[in-house]
Amino acid sequence: MSDNTIVGIEYNRVTNTSSTDFPGHQANGDYSWDIEKFKDSFEINISHITERTANFDLIHIDTSIANAFRRIMISEVPSVAAEAVYMFMNTSVIQDEVLAHRIGLIPLKVDPDLLNWVDKTQDENDRYTEDNTIVLSLDVVCTKNPHAPKNSTDPKELYRNAHVYAKDLKFEPQGTQVESFKNSPVVPSDPDILLAKLRPGQEISLRAHCVLGIGADHAKFSPVATASYRLMPTIDIIEPIRGDSAKRFQQCFPSGVIDINSNGEAYVKDSRKDTVSREVLRHEEFDGKVKLGRKRDHFIFNVESTGAMSPEEIFFKSVRVLKNKADYLRNCPIGQ
Amino acid sequence: MASPQREGFSIPASISHAALGQVTSKSLGVRYNCAQCAASFSLSKNDAIRCKECGHRVIYKARTRRMVQFEAR
Repeated sequence: MSDNTIVGIEYNRVTNTSSTDFPGHQANGDYSWDIEKFKDSFEINISHITERTANFDLIHIDTSIANAFRRIMISEVPSVAAEAVYMFMNTSVIQDEVLAHRIGLIPLKVDPDLLNWVDKTQDENDRYTEDNTIVLSLDVVCTKNPHAPKNSTDPKELYRNAHVYAKDLKFEPQGTQVESFKNSPVVPSDPDILLAKLRPGQEISLRAHCVLGIGADHAKFSPVATASYRLMPTIDIIEPIRGDSAKRFQQCFPSGVIDINSNGEAYVKDSRKDTVSREVLRHEEFDGKVKLGRKRDHFIFNVESTGAMSPEEIFFKSVRVLKNKADYLRNCPIGQ
Repeated sequence: MASPQREGFSIPASISHAALGQVTSKSLGVRYNCAQCAASFSLSKNDAIRCKECGHRVIYKARTRRMVQFEAR
């Protein structure tokens, strides 16, 4: 049983990659799906969580579900990004469409729950309302700095507004947004993204309309910078490794994975830190002494938010999206 | 935004409309920027093509303030 849940890692291939814990595959053991069994065995361990990133383990869950969460977090959890850019003046060296593209990619600190979806069937003139659109404006003119220090060559000292940053985008609340966004005015989550460089006399004046969207439509709507998982590595030391050999064994792994006990014998201290580089399998002296693998049902997730939502919120939303999909499928007449 | 096109220059609906822009700006003159000294000035129809500050003969038309819509994609 325990062997079945380990993906074997050989020097040139991986073995035992597909799961076999479903009914009818094995003669012994009951592998039928049971929600109570799942509730008993399923585990979530959070190892590290901050405002921007989270690292957590989902244990005893099938790859299909874990992968669904990952994919949904990337492409189906909605978030807000600039969609239409109205350019009034742009005499900078960066082209209008390139600047519009860059503005679209800026992650914004907006709670997506405060906005409704834009109705694409509506006429373009009535499409954007205060319920579904956030207006940002960017108006910068570069001028010479009369008080620039002598002999300076730094454009930031010589000129005013030589660099246009994401923080120069100003939120313009429309109608009821004055109230609803009073406590959380819209700002770029990373204020120091460089958008354009200007020289005296050059000017950028534009308005951007930001709407809800999903990552499947465009990557700018993805609420995560990365959402990925890896399987928990396992290291089985079959024959004891001692002395100088143990030191060399330790060197084959990232620091902290292998430790040496008081008898001079190598033991696995923390296999979670292993990167599974397979370096150890290249050395003849460890041939047959160690077995590498990965636990097939132990997923180490790493979710990095773009700043609009906390990573746990993104994960919860992905669960809700998957649940809605399952509900939809259950209510489909074809399944009854 | 009035134009059904998503981005870029939209062709004026009629010839007279296109001419209108020139007619209105003729009275004021058209804005130009000098290629030599970057001075901004306006010239009317019969003016010599020269910078009013430095006399340089290469000048650029200034960009209009007309709004252009782009998709941020």
